[in-house]
Amino acid sequence: MPRVFFLLPLLLFAVVAGYFAVPLLTGRDPGELPSALIDRPVPEMRLPPLFEGEPDLATEDLRGRIMLVNFFASWCVPCRAEHPMLAELSRSEAVFGISYKDDPADTRAWLAELGNPFERIGTDISGRAAIDWGLYGVPETYIVDEAGRIRHRHVGPLTRAVLKNEIRPLLRRLREPAS
Amino acid sequence: MIAELGHHALVLAFLVALIQGTVPLVGAARRDLALMALGRAAALVQLLALAGAFAALTHAYVTSDFSVLNVAENSHSLKPMLYKVSGVWGNHEGSMLLWVLVLAAFGLAVALRGHDLPAVLKARVLAIQGLLGAGFLGFILLTSNPFLRLEPAPADGRDLNPLLQDPGLAFHPPMLYLGYVGFSVAFSFSIAALIEGRVDPAWARWVRPWTLAAWSALTAGIALGSWWAYYELGWGGWWYWDPVENASFMPWLAGTALLHSAIVVEKRDALKSWTILLAIIAFGFSLMGTFLVRSGVLTSVHAFAVDPDRGLYILVLLAVTIGGALTLFAFRAPALAPGSLFRPISREGGLVANNLLLATATATVCVGTLYPLFLEAATGEKVSVGPPFFHATFVPVMLPLILLAGIGPLLSWKRADLQGVFSRLRVAALAAAAVAVLTWMLQHGHHPGPVIGLALAAWLAVSTVIQWTGRVGLFRRRGVMARIVGLPRSAHGMTLAHLGLAVFICGAVGDGFWRREVVIEARPGAVAELAGYRVVLESVRTGAGPNYQAETVRLRVERDDGAIAFLEPERRFYPVQGTQTTEAAIRSRPLGDLYAAVGEGRTPQHRTLRLWYTPLVAWIWTGALMMVLGGLVSLSDRRLRVGAPRRTPGLVAQAVDGD
Repeated sequence: MPRVFFLLPLLLFAVVAGYFAVPLLTGRDPGELPSALIDRPVPEMRLPPLFEGEPDLATEDLRGRIMLVNFFASWCVPCRAEHPMLAELSRSEAVFGISYKDDPADTRAWLAELGNPFERIGTDISGRAAIDWGLYGVPETYIVDEAGRIRHRHVGPLTRAVLKNEIRPLLRRLREPAS
Repeated sequence: MIAELGHHALVLAFLVALIQGTVPLVGAARRDLALMALGRAAALVQLLALAGAFAALTHAYVTSDFSVLNVAENSHSLKPMLYKVSGVWGNHEGSMLLWVLVLAAFGLAVALRGHDLPAVLKARVLAIQGLLGAGFLGFILLTSNPFLRLEPAPADGRDLNPLLQDPGLAFHPPMLYLGYVGFSVAFSFSIAALIEGRVDPAWARWVRPWTLAAWSALTAGIALGSWWAYYELGWGGWWYWDPVENASFMPWLAGTALLHSAIVVEKRDALKSWTILLAIIAFGFSLMGTFLVRSGVLTSVHAFAVDPDRGLYILVLLAVTIGGALTLFAFRAPALAPGSLFRPISREGGLVANNLLLATATATVCVGTLYPLFLEAATGEKVSVGPPFFHATFVPVMLPLILLAGIGPLLSWKRADLQGVFSRLRVAALAAAAVAVLTWMLQHGHHPGPVIGLALAAWLAVSTVIQWTGRVGLFRRRGVMARIVGLPRSAHGMTLAHLGLAVFICGAVGDGFWRREVVIEARPGAVAELAGYRVVLESVRTGAGPNYQAETVRLRVERDDGAIAFLEPERRFYPVQGTQTTEAAIRSRPLGDLYAAVGEGRTPQHRTLRLWYTPLVAWIWTGALMMVLGGLVSLSDRRLRVGAPRRTPGLVAQAVDGD
């Protein structure tokens, strides 16, 4: 058998080890879900309102100021868990909601029970907008800047720690150059 | 004080391991008996030091000494004693300590048992074991010291992750480590053989018991882990193709291949380089199992220690150990004396096919496990490879393997009479066909999966029995008992393990294709019907356990034939860690389990109750247990324990074995 065959296992191993080393050496957090939309404009959408009589929620509404966009659903247990955090955020920030694959009547009942932290709410019953945003699962929260670009994405429920270490510092940074 | 002693014992073990890893190698090169003999003493001292360190940590856990950081983070004064003790290895630092303890134990076992080993080979094997020990001890001392103190000491501990407070999991890691670390001996033997440039049947016979022991322990460890996942995680499943499960499955597959290829080296003096390579790969996958779990490269239930520094150290350790071994292999293996050529239709031909299939299966699992990592490293994209991939790739490789496992043991060495074998297997083919027809007729719907699966299981079981009855001459002559006793234990072990595989397949097929599930609201009076059972929810009550609060649902289970049983699944809340677990209640019967688990819900009034019927699921672990027993029976074979390899078998054994 040619000697080169005996080198094959070593070469294969080197490739595998190299691939292992990359995420370790670059220090990428394995739990992190990068968004392809970071620093890109909010996807085109026009969502029917949750409450009758209100205007649709459209792409152009997400421009002009820094805001948070939260995907939620009444059937989602972690959404219930993060709800107090949204209420707290809404005292100082503009928080928009998109209810994901949910019966509007259920969403309204859910908000009536827990309180409504959202300034505006669009309904994404088909889940089409969620696909455009690259939603991984509810709850998910995006930070959109004044130019209507997505600047940050948080997957999973907001917690006090996330607010303190992730959301608030970023909001502060986004405001800094302007001030 | 005792914790400091433990720390010093670790440092001592590290220094001794360094001596064990170097001096005997020099001695072997110079043929200096005194230097070579040092390995044996070093192995003993290393084990004693590590046993001391382990005892010190156990003492800290048992006495709830929360001034030790590791204890404070993972234990609690109210925890039952069993989990205080199992808490020692239920965390990263302690489990690494257990790892090196097991490694040192294997090292000492080689030192004490290998009387018949040539001194040079033994010195080299012990030295490699010592180097491995030094590598892992360095890892513990630098990144994972279990004896760090905490100032000031907290009043009470943070508790062990409640999911891990379970008898199944108390013994899962030690078994798994026995398996992982056991392959280190085969690895050390292979490296020693590469250094010497010689592999012969005697070498294979020395390696085989260690491989068997490691394989049996790994099988038991994986089975325990899957049993734990089944009843503790509350999903009613037993195997998820989770990366960490795969990480333990890959060394098992490679180890199974090694077990079979070593037979060819022993009997026919062939497949030498391949066997060496398999030993390196099996241990490499064992190390990777540790690496995957410990580095946080993968995120899953099991990843209880996420720390990139550790990951980096393990990566370097892996690169040095496996990279070094494969480099040595690349340069030395071509120099090994080539084995004899052989015909495809023969026992050795069958074993080569077995190895090709097992290697393919290993590669399949490896690709499925690592591909998401590769993709992420290359493109930043996240994908997850789930059960559908493995069902589509792994299972098709297993089908011919099982078919072959029915034929292989009947083939004779060197040149087999295929027609004769097939005529002996006619009954097995008939049994398989009968099972296929019965399954097709009896099952609801006409899925081909169970038909193929159960037919293959029948084929394997019946042909294994034919093989065994043929060897002991059950229907031929008198003196059957003498032949049963005289047959080498390894032949009995192989029979038992192959039968276990057939039983396991039945379980995997039954649960995989016929499982039923219903979800109901967990309210008193709720009723569910499932697989001939009528389940009535009688009551929901709350109570308190030693370190948790519990909500218990009482279910009355009725059958058509009037039999009644009660099941009490629980949902537990552990206030110290703020976590919840679900304790499933299972009514286990040979034909299937009724499995009840309380689901999530924001209040006790809004919980769901999930019920599963999992047909034949108990066969999975029965089969695994048979494989373990098969391994142990084979391990007890006299030929493996007695010194000079080729002279010992008794006359009877020789006569029967010679077929």
